[in-house]
Amino acid sequence: MLQLDHLVLVQDDFRLTADWQVAPGETVAVIGPSGAGKSTLLATIAGFFAPTTGRVLWAGQDVTGTPAGRRPFSILFQDQNLFPHLTIAQNLGLGLRPDLRLSAVEFARVDAALDRVGMGGLGARRPAQLSGGQAGRAALARALLRAKPVLILDEPFAALGPALKVDMLALVAEVTAEAGITVLMVTHDPRDAERNAGQVVFVDRGVAHAPMSTKTFFTTSDRRVADYLGR
Amino acid sequence: MADSTRPLSLAALALAVLLLALLAAPLVAVAMRASGFMLSASDVAAVRFSLLQAALSSVFSTILAIPVARALARQRFVGRGVLITLMGAPFLLPAIVAVLGLLAVFGRSGLLNDLGAMLGLPRPSIYGLHGVVLAHVFLNMPLAVRMILQGWQAIPAERFRLAQALGFGPAEMARHLERPMLRAVLPGAALVIFAICLTSFAVVLTLGGGPRATTVELAIYQAVRFDFDLGRAASLALVQFAICALAAGLAWRLARPAGFGAGLDRHFGQLPTSGWRKHSDAAVIGLAALFLLVPLGAVIWRGLLGLGEMPASVWGAAARSVLVASVSTMITVPAALMMAVAVAGRARGMALIETAAILPLATSGLVLGTGLFLIVQPFAQPVALALPVTIVVNVALSLPYLYRLLLPEARALVADYGRLADSLGLTGLSRWRWLILPRLARPLGFGAGIAAALSMGDLGVIALFADERSTTLPLMIRQLMGSYQMGAAAGAALVLVALSFAMFWVCDRGGRYAAA
Repeated sequence: MLQLDHLVLVQDDFRLTADWQVAPGETVAVIGPSGAGKSTLLATIAGFFAPTTGRVLWAGQDVTGTPAGRRPFSILFQDQNLFPHLTIAQNLGLGLRPDLRLSAVEFARVDAALDRVGMGGLGARRPAQLSGGQAGRAALARALLRAKPVLILDEPFAALGPALKVDMLALVAEVTAEAGITVLMVTHDPRDAERNAGQVVFVDRGVAHAPMSTKTFFTTSDRRVADYLGR
Repeated sequence: MADSTRPLSLAALALAVLLLALLAAPLVAVAMRASGFMLSASDVAAVRFSLLQAALSSVFSTILAIPVARALARQRFVGRGVLITLMGAPFLLPAIVAVLGLLAVFGRSGLLNDLGAMLGLPRPSIYGLHGVVLAHVFLNMPLAVRMILQGWQAIPAERFRLAQALGFGPAEMARHLERPMLRAVLPGAALVIFAICLTSFAVVLTLGGGPRATTVELAIYQAVRFDFDLGRAASLALVQFAICALAAGLAWRLARPAGFGAGLDRHFGQLPTSGWRKHSDAAVIGLAALFLLVPLGAVIWRGLLGLGEMPASVWGAAARSVLVASVSTMITVPAALMMAVAVAGRARGMALIETAAILPLATSGLVLGTGLFLIVQPFAQPVALALPVTIVVNVALSLPYLYRLLLPEARALVADYGRLADSLGLTGLSRWRWLILPRLARPLGFGAGIAAALSMGDLGVIALFADERSTTLPLMIRQLMGSYQMGAAAGAALVLVALSFAMFWVCDRGGRYAAA
């Protein structure tokens, strides 16, 4: 279970609080007006931004002081998810061993992960030789290899076309369901939440509200949600 | 986060402390030995001449650079890129070689005087204040051109579009766009060159000298080498440090660093150029190219003629120079890289690291050399340590340039890939192996080339320490010139240029190859 315990984030005159938890295996869309702090919230959970007070816990373990790479989370950023000077196979291999001294078994796992996201045989390519969708798939394959129980998506597919983005999110849903991975995804598009997420965290005016079911989110009479959705 | 950078941060801090100690120890030694601040009349004259030649050199370099930079900014022609790249070359050209080239053109039996003699003109001497200033302008005007050109290109293209839309003529353009830029850029450029000329040694050693043309840097050398008056040398070194620290401090605050790279080729809003402006620009560019290229051509031409006259000892000196340059490069590059990466990653103690990386700019070769001489002397023959001391001083003096070159690259690396690397737990050696070294290979190779060329051509502290068994190539050229073997000196100069260029090329190519 992912738990945010009285989390307070402050940066200059920006302030955001969060105090809630997410059940394992759940897919949660983090939604709200731009500038509300969605990405900052996810960066804090991932370990790139230190909260002023409060704790981040996974399975009861406090990870607030743990460096990003050692948290039980994987994250896909908006861009720069692959190192351009390494091959795709090497980029994936980093998910298994940062020193890239892979055994034959690990190489086979890299190949299998590429197959799983529909990129079999492309391991020798460099990121510059991939399309945007393929780069997204490769990054997702690496997250699968890392096999962390939480996947954080900071709009990694935002630059893709709408149809491709839907495909990618469907692939994410498929592979994370298989592995029982908890997903936190920032989105600007309520339809992403409708399609992929069981729950929604609404971020607005300094508060990341506790997750509500997606159905509730789209039917609630809460003024702020209604204003945001334009209902 | 902190976890991934701690070992590096500790290593970089240790380096910074070591470097600070290396700078402080000679200064302390000098301060303890100094025979008070009471300067003799000749020392006061040296201070005055130092300031005068540096001021004149810096004023002439920057003022002459303005029309050249302006012409390069507004004209497009074949070879423009090459010419701009060439403007970066004098920075790497050994000063002693530049002096030989200038002697071949402006010297008593140089090209210009030969031409003048045919017209029945007298042959003026190049030695003295005007010669020193001429050489400094030759070495630094290109640097000023590059700095001013950067200023010109930093004016947003939209500004030029707006100016054209408003129907600005050349006068309005100059008043609203160019003069404000020049006011912002010129003081910094002038101060940087002023600081460089204060610590210039090889030029003053060859073209200056005597009671009327001795700088503090040269006076220190003479006090140690000829008078063996270490107390006076120490006093002079203290004075020199005070002057240099002040100038370097001011320059650091006012100047924007000029890039070394080939770049600066970006197209931008065109200035109005028509009629006589086009012709005057062409004339300016032609003159500047002649001023830079003819002495370089003379070095090559006379060098080829002189190759046969070289004594065999040139090759030993060349080998020592290559050794000194290789070792100092192998120390400078990793040190500068670690410090730049630590500062870019906002490691603890970054203020201290940054200070240590920049502080050498406030000293000079002979100030450090005198201090090290004083430290070494009670324990060992300074001559025996000539090469190690030269390496140490070369490392200290080239580190600021390397650090400045690598810092923006390291910052970009952190901005682009820092989070990704952190999220994957790419720390420690793996981070160096798979991220930092491959991503920075190109600037590292380029920087190593600069460090090697600077060290290769350095004629400073070695002159304090060396005897004939530890002579480096620049010093040997100086000695050949001193004994009027100009042909042999020219040959050795060509060897020096070839070796410097080769070392630069190998490092730069190596970096590009590793990055590919």
